[in-house]
Amino acid sequence: MSSDNQPFVTDSSKVGTETREARLAGQDNRFNSRLREAFGSSPFILTKFDKFMNWVRGSSMFMLQFGIACCSIEMMHTYAVKHDLDRFGAGVPRASPRQADVIIIPGTIVSKFAPRMKRVYDQMPEPKFVIGMGSCTISGGPFQEGYNVVKGAEEVIPVDIHVPGCPPRPEALVYGVAKLQERVANGESSPVTVKPYELEEFGDLERDEIVEQLADDIDVDDLVMRYNWGDSP
Amino acid sequence: MSVELPADADAVQTPEEIEAVLGDLVIGRDDHENAPGFIIKPDTVVDALDRLREQAGFDHLSCVTAQEYADRYESIYHLTSYGDRTKEVSIIVPTDKENPVSQSANEVFRTADWHEREAYDLVGIEYDEHPDLRRILLPETWQGHPLGQSYDQDRPQVVPLREHANPLKEDQQADEDDETMFLNIGPHHPATHGVLHIETVLDGEQVVDLEPDIGYLHRCEEQVCQNSTYRYQIMPYPDRWDYISAGLLNEWAYARTAEQLADIEVPEYAQVIRTMGAELCRMAAHFLALGTFALDIYGDFTALFMYSIRDREKVQNILEELTGQRLMFNYFRLGGVVWDLPEPREEFFEMTRDFLDELPTALEEYHDMMTSNEILQMRTVDTGVLPADVAKSYGATGPVARASGIDYDVRRDDPYGYYENLDWDVITEDGCDNFSRLLVRMREVEESAKIVEQCIDLLEDWPEDERNIQSNVPRTIKPDDDAEIYKAVEGAKGELGIYMRADGTEKPARFKIRSPCFSNLQTLPEMSNGEYVPDAIASLGSLDIVLGEVDR
Ligand code: SF4
Repeated sequence: MSSDNQPFVTDSSKVGTETREARLAGQDNRFNSRLREAFGSSPFILTKFDKFMNWVRGSSMFMLQFGIACCSIEMMHTYAVKHDLDRFGAGVPRASPRQADVIIIPGTIVSKFAPRMKRVYDQMPEPKFVIGMGSCTISGGPFQEGYNVVKGAEEVIPVDIHVPGCPPRPEALVYGVAKLQERVANGESSPVTVKPYELEEFGDLERDEIVEQLADDIDVDDLVMRYNWGDSP
Repeated sequence: MSVELPADADAVQTPEEIEAVLGDLVIGRDDHENAPGFIIKPDTVVDALDRLREQAGFDHLSCVTAQEYADRYESIYHLTSYGDRTKEVSIIVPTDKENPVSQSANEVFRTADWHEREAYDLVGIEYDEHPDLRRILLPETWQGHPLGQSYDQDRPQVVPLREHANPLKEDQQADEDDETMFLNIGPHHPATHGVLHIETVLDGEQVVDLEPDIGYLHRCEEQVCQNSTYRYQIMPYPDRWDYISAGLLNEWAYARTAEQLADIEVPEYAQVIRTMGAELCRMAAHFLALGTFALDIYGDFTALFMYSIRDREKVQNILEELTGQRLMFNYFRLGGVVWDLPEPREEFFEMTRDFLDELPTALEEYHDMMTSNEILQMRTVDTGVLPADVAKSYGATGPVARASGIDYDVRRDDPYGYYENLDWDVITEDGCDNFSRLLVRMREVEESAKIVEQCIDLLEDWPEDERNIQSNVPRTIKPDDDAEIYKAVEGAKGELGIYMRADGTEKPARFKIRSPCFSNLQTLPEMSNGEYVPDAIASLGSLDIVLGEVDR
């Protein structure tokens, strides 16, 4: 998209944040244990220990009880009788993000909710994993054209597994979770890119026309998120 | 005026009589497909609505539609009556393009508060004397009004996270020497049934003030429908308004409105199938309401929640047989339904009958564990009281209104489908409290079962050569230019209405959704102020809102 006819668009390369840099650097450090940090290199025992830890993580996942839209109804069915996600060691929905390892994003993300979702994600302790459920978390799904809709969860937080469907059947979600568990147990994770919707302090935003307009309404240290429908894929 | 006015307000019926009530306020006439429409000046809104309510019995402000034309803005007040749903009138208030200011109807109908805030937010009309004219669905710092004509969607926006200030960090006391505390509930919270944010001010454990903050799931449904064609593209979206399995009920709202707008007949056989499918949906939706209510009241994640999911699975299996999908059915078409009952039919009937046969036992279980449970009774009886007149003023409908003793059900009062020919009752309760709302839902499940059973009987014996599932509908539908219509059906949560304006093309020029949850949620402060926090949560649970429908 050319920036000539869109004066407000910020160059995405200029919007750098810590999370983004960490993810972009290619090295996903979510699996590094404290012990390994302390010892520097990876002696045999610690490698084994890491493997063991990964297996433990994969075999007992605590999900965050997190509902957004229609997909969360199918997510509830996945937890409940008949599909019973608990069979696979991943069925304990936790009400607090501080106790959860996995967040399933079940629904459409809109501009007002995106910063809150980022906040919830940030509150989860590392290592943490994300399952995007439904077309909405892939691209905005059926609502992609909406003026207020974020085109996919990956604009806001990194996603490990996408489960397509509108909504995906519970079986599909179970499959997605099982895949994630497999990956976690193997210590794999996907290279992830987080695009520019990060929380920043208002004062740190590049001053363009829109920022000037809002200068009176927002304090410099308020957390804000840029939302840019036209410039995302 | 020479028209003789009847002495009884409810007897005012004809357009001439309504015009006589409005008298000199009327400056023009612009009838809609469903109702006479009177044009009035922007500074006489309160006067006009007050006269209509007091002298003509229009006590239900169903919806407020706002839209922008090339030369003016327009707010439409869709009025009807709780006593007689077929009595309708539209009050049209044009305002000028440069300075779109119109008087607020908040003084007459409390429900206008949120409806007008939405109109301001999305279209950009300002309402004079409005108590609190802020954005409601979009973030406060949003620039522009997205359903207005000059909106540029490509403009970037900045969204603040201000409301999320940690209440404990700065101990947000309302005042220096005040004993109150500010508390955020949501938008991510297990008890809010989705992404609702409630700002509460507490005094000890009591709620002093409570304000729902919505818009965390505003998916631009109206814009999306305005960009879609009548014939095929709109139908999948209603499934996603009230997504708790109420898909067919919502689809019916669109089907009914569009069919009347474009003059499309529906074969009787298709109407019976529709009725059966819709009532199955209602049962599934009510089951979830029961399960989550138990979850809210006494954290029962093990028994009742699972029971209700078990019963929902059964209904969903039936619906999947019928429509091919578990949740987003997309089964209705303008002029009928997309395909006939699944073959072999006997199996389908048997499956449905089995479910209906087991239902009384299942309901007994629910009654054992819920309505006769002492804890639940203590938590719900006489809490969250919503008197009938307050409910009416907020435009509450559906189980919420019926639990306040308002005998109002669109299925019976403005009949559509096959409901007229079936034998069923409208359930009401006089308790006005959380318990009554629960009870109404449980008994409505029984009524729905009655309807489904009768439909099955009819479908079984339907003559083989009259199984006509769709009438002949043209490939493209282009209703007349400037035809306007507002029609409603009884959704799972109440009166689900749609306003459409055609502009001679195959897409609607304005598509407005009247969501029952939006109006019902507005009553929450009335029910919770002065109560304890857990009772406020119980009231919220008893309202049974779906954020997809509140925010649209
Ligand atoms: S993917 Fe489909 S079902 Fe899921 S939240 Fe989006 S619209 Fe709803």
